[in-house]
Amino acid sequence: MTDLLDGAWQRPARALLTVRRVEVALFVALPCVVAAVIVAVAAGLVEGLGVTAAGAVVSGLAFSAVHRRWLAWGYAERADDLLVRRGVLVRRTSVVPYGRMQYVDVTAGPLDRRLGLARVTLHTAAAASDASIPGLPAAEATRLRDRLAALGEARASGI
Amino acid sequence: MTTGDDWQRLHPLTPVLRGWRILLVAVAAFGQQGLRQQEGFNALYLGLGVLAATLFGTALSFLSWRRTRYRLTATELQIDSGILQRRSRRVPLARLQAVDVVRPVVARVLGLAELRLEVVGGAGKAEAPLAYLSEEHAHALRGRLLAAAAGRDGDAAAEVHEGVLVRVPTGTLVASVLLGTPILATAVLVLVLGVVTVMQSGAALPVALAALPTYAGVITLSGRRVLQEYGFTVAEAPDGLRLRHGLLDTRSQTIPAGRVQAIRVLEPLLWRPFGWARVEVDVAGYGGGRSEEQAATSALLPVAPRALAHALVGRVLGRALPVAAAPVPSRARWRAPLSRRRLQVGLDHNHLVTTHGVLTTTTDVVPLTKIQSLRLTSGPWQHWLRLATLHADTAGRRLSGAVGAHRDVYEARALLDEVARRSRAHRAKETTEQIGQP
Repeated sequence: MTDLLDGAWQRPARALLTVRRVEVALFVALPCVVAAVIVAVAAGLVEGLGVTAAGAVVSGLAFSAVHRRWLAWGYAERADDLLVRRGVLVRRTSVVPYGRMQYVDVTAGPLDRRLGLARVTLHTAAAASDASIPGLPAAEATRLRDRLAALGEARASGI
Repeated sequence: MTTGDDWQRLHPLTPVLRGWRILLVAVAAFGQQGLRQQEGFNALYLGLGVLAATLFGTALSFLSWRRTRYRLTATELQIDSGILQRRSRRVPLARLQAVDVVRPVVARVLGLAELRLEVVGGAGKAEAPLAYLSEEHAHALRGRLLAAAAGRDGDAAAEVHEGVLVRVPTGTLVASVLLGTPILATAVLVLVLGVVTVMQSGAALPVALAALPTYAGVITLSGRRVLQEYGFTVAEAPDGLRLRHGLLDTRSQTIPAGRVQAIRVLEPLLWRPFGWARVEVDVAGYGGGRSEEQAATSALLPVAPRALAHALVGRVLGRALPVAAAPVPSRARWRAPLSRRRLQVGLDHNHLVTTHGVLTTTTDVVPLTKIQSLRLTSGPWQHWLRLATLHADTAGRRLSGAVGAHRDVYEARALLDEVARRSRAHRAKETTEQIGQP
């Protein structure tokens, strides 16, 4: 969507991909391994191999999905508004004017913190607004938050 | 009304009215209890219980009344209340979104009214209810609040002249509710079940009987709508639009100019032969919360000839509306086969208009100044057809803003850009105008 832009898309840090991969490993690959072991012990080696193959396919799909989703994230700070795009299956692009911002949140989960990442979320008076950028390096997140807050104040307009 | 800056009390009959409500609740609760335990039923204890609850409640209401006071200053409304935990609330008048005078049926008998102030950001409830005031006092206070909110001199405009624009005849209202989708759907259901029952000698009877609560619900809902929207009058006053309606509980709403977030015009299937339309309005602050409250405050005009409805919308928004005429590409029929012809978008320098709907033709109007954010979404099926949906979000809670569904993806992007550019121009203008104001 370069036709929308006068700046370039910026992207989340590569560490976000690591976070997502760890999540897939923990919540998809690991249960698959456990299931395969249980089936192999309880029902036999052939069945165990079958479950392993299925698990490998599922995990592979999950890894590729998080990779593609990571690639799809992008944000752009334009002169008057912030653009956020995301999603592979359902593609979304949000445009939030700085002047419409009510407040900005910076959040970070335990894994995010360990890797020095944070998520910046913009809230407007509309409940449907969903501009949120994950996987920013802490310094970039802080910079973005301060810049958004400053721009929001400079361009604030009523409801 | 005495001098402008003195603390004032609510009407002295307030505890009586609250006591009456507690009496009703107590009777209902104890009555249910009594019916449930048949053998231990004792009318005396029951009566004493109701009496005790009512006296206790009334005493609390009296204390609460003693501790509640309010006053209006030049810039804010101040309300102090609370028996144990004191609360002192300041409502900045510049933030006022709407002011309603609500009069439940019992309050009407006593000549009392409740004043509700709507401010953005409350969790569903009116932020500053003043219950109860005497009727003329409520109206006078509303006049002063609205005048102060608009930056005019308060006392001069205590009662403003208003010109009636539309009055909805009762016959039309009842007919429109009967022809509305819920009643219609129920009637069709009953008919189908009836036919099946007759033909199959009673086969569908259990289903028909099981659906009884549904019929009752639909009838209650429709009945409530008639009661709430009975005698609907739209009038224009210098401080905004006045809506007055209700048979038992009456409500008088004031929507100040420029507070409308979005407008929706609905034309159900069976209304079309009569050329009727319903207009709903969304003002920031009117609650998500309770559905009754939502239903009571949603209509700008419950039913009227289409031309009149459109004229009123134009009047509220202050300008003629663009016609939603830009169609979606013909390949959109693979995604929305039934509603494709209804999916249209119109844009001018002030408003975005979209239409959609299969049975009920729905037209959404959003002033560009009210757009909070814009979104473009494209699901897998849409993506494959090179389609995208444009959403214009507003701060209202009831209407979802305007949605231009299934546009050609390049057209949608161009539209997004254009809407963003035009609303930016509006915001820039507004900001320069607002300098110097709080």
